[in-house]
Amino acid sequence: MSEVGIIAYGTSPFTKEDHKIESMLHKSTNDLFKKNPSINKNEIDAVLVSTNNNSKYLSPVLSEMAGIQPKIAHSIESLCNSGTNSIVSAFSYISSGLADMVLVTGAERYDSPGQILEWDNSRGEFKHPIFWASIFSKSYKREYGISDEQLAIVSVKNHKQAKENSNALSKKTYTVEDVMNSKKLTEDLRLLNCSRPCTGSASILLASKEVTDKYTDMPIWITGIGQKTTSAGFTKNTSLTSMESTAIAGQSALKMSNRNISEIDVAEVHDAFSVCEPMILESLGFTNPGEGINMSQKLHEENNFMINPRGGLIGSGHPLGATGISQTIEIVQQLQKTAENRQTNNPKTGLVHNMSAAATSSTVLVLEK
Amino acid sequence: MSFENELEKGQFCLPECMSCKKWVWPPSEFCDRCNGETSLKKEELKGKIIEFSKQNDNYFCIVEFYDSIRIMAKMTTCPKKDQIVKISKCGIIDGSYFFHII
Repeated sequence: MSEVGIIAYGTSPFTKEDHKIESMLHKSTNDLFKKNPSINKNEIDAVLVSTNNNSKYLSPVLSEMAGIQPKIAHSIESLCNSGTNSIVSAFSYISSGLADMVLVTGAERYDSPGQILEWDNSRGEFKHPIFWASIFSKSYKREYGISDEQLAIVSVKNHKQAKENSNALSKKTYTVEDVMNSKKLTEDLRLLNCSRPCTGSASILLASKEVTDKYTDMPIWITGIGQKTTSAGFTKNTSLTSMESTAIAGQSALKMSNRNISEIDVAEVHDAFSVCEPMILESLGFTNPGEGINMSQKLHEENNFMINPRGGLIGSGHPLGATGISQTIEIVQQLQKTAENRQTNNPKTGLVHNMSAAATSSTVLVLEK
Repeated sequence: MSFENELEKGQFCLPECMSCKKWVWPPSEFCDRCNGETSLKKEELKGKIIEFSKQNDNYFCIVEFYDSIRIMAKMTTCPKKDQIVKISKCGIIDGSYFFHII
């Protein structure tokens, strides 16, 4: 299997602005080419678009706008983890030999139709994500004796880290009291416990080893991929205090990269809501069950940006189709030591965790220098 | 007789596989285990509350039937974990199902 490297990236700011999806796709793609003027667009074999937007034929549209005539052009949708699904598809095209260079661009508008899975009628009238997040929060707190104040620390930490990310939606820092006094959405969820849908885009260029060696002396390699889908419906989750799909995807990715979780130096994980971060840390094996919140709290107290350095979804915002790509770009920057004020201490191996629909599916990537 | 036609009438019927007798959820014409066809059964279901939270004056609960089928349902009184409940009202509004339990 051919090695696959990441050779370039581009991004837009994440905002609440009203822009056409086509314009957003072009924005981060253009940023990528402006930052990397030596890239020959004629060498791009495939253009993959990650979005939940209902507009049609977006990959050929983006290709035309960006001046690319690829062999392969299509969209990929898988709700919130569309972005890493697209990266996995790009990896597969390259490692199979069907392509040598693939552009992946993800974009979303603040009013994305991907926020609610209409099909999931088992949720009855409670289809908005705040309801599954409330059930996870209640169950997690009950199982491990965790307080709302403890969960609020995730939001405090990730907003603090987002302040060092100029593209993040959040520009403010908050205290535990601020989180506890923010708007009460349900008995178990406050507004500041939630990531917010927004408008944004992110692009990444992947290539075979031969092409990677030609374009960069700082390549980042995708050495592990794990994916798992357990269901589509939230109520099929067998556990409400852990994430089965995340655990399986994480084990697969680490096995493929021949790494242990203790070797991961920095990670972006899918903190759609505060409770998700400790659940993910535990499901990936960073900590024992019930101890994830202690890890988040310790990192916050030590001002250690190891988990969600760009601010996670809570701080950065959550433009669904762009999120997994933006997470991956952050780990690339961390490994290349170009993350400026967010830079962690000499990381060599990083991990990306991206999931959909209450962790009914997960994707995990391992990235290395 | 389709699941949704019955639900619109306020009847909660469960699809059962005519071949292997598995309860199939979410409702489907076909069994996800043996691919056989399903038929609807009208049952007086008793479910167990697995977890719940609250929004405004209403509780929303995960309710489990037959140790496998789970739905989210509304309850107006304070639930308890593992409480046994039954569906008091159900239907479809604007394309979405709703379930009330007591």
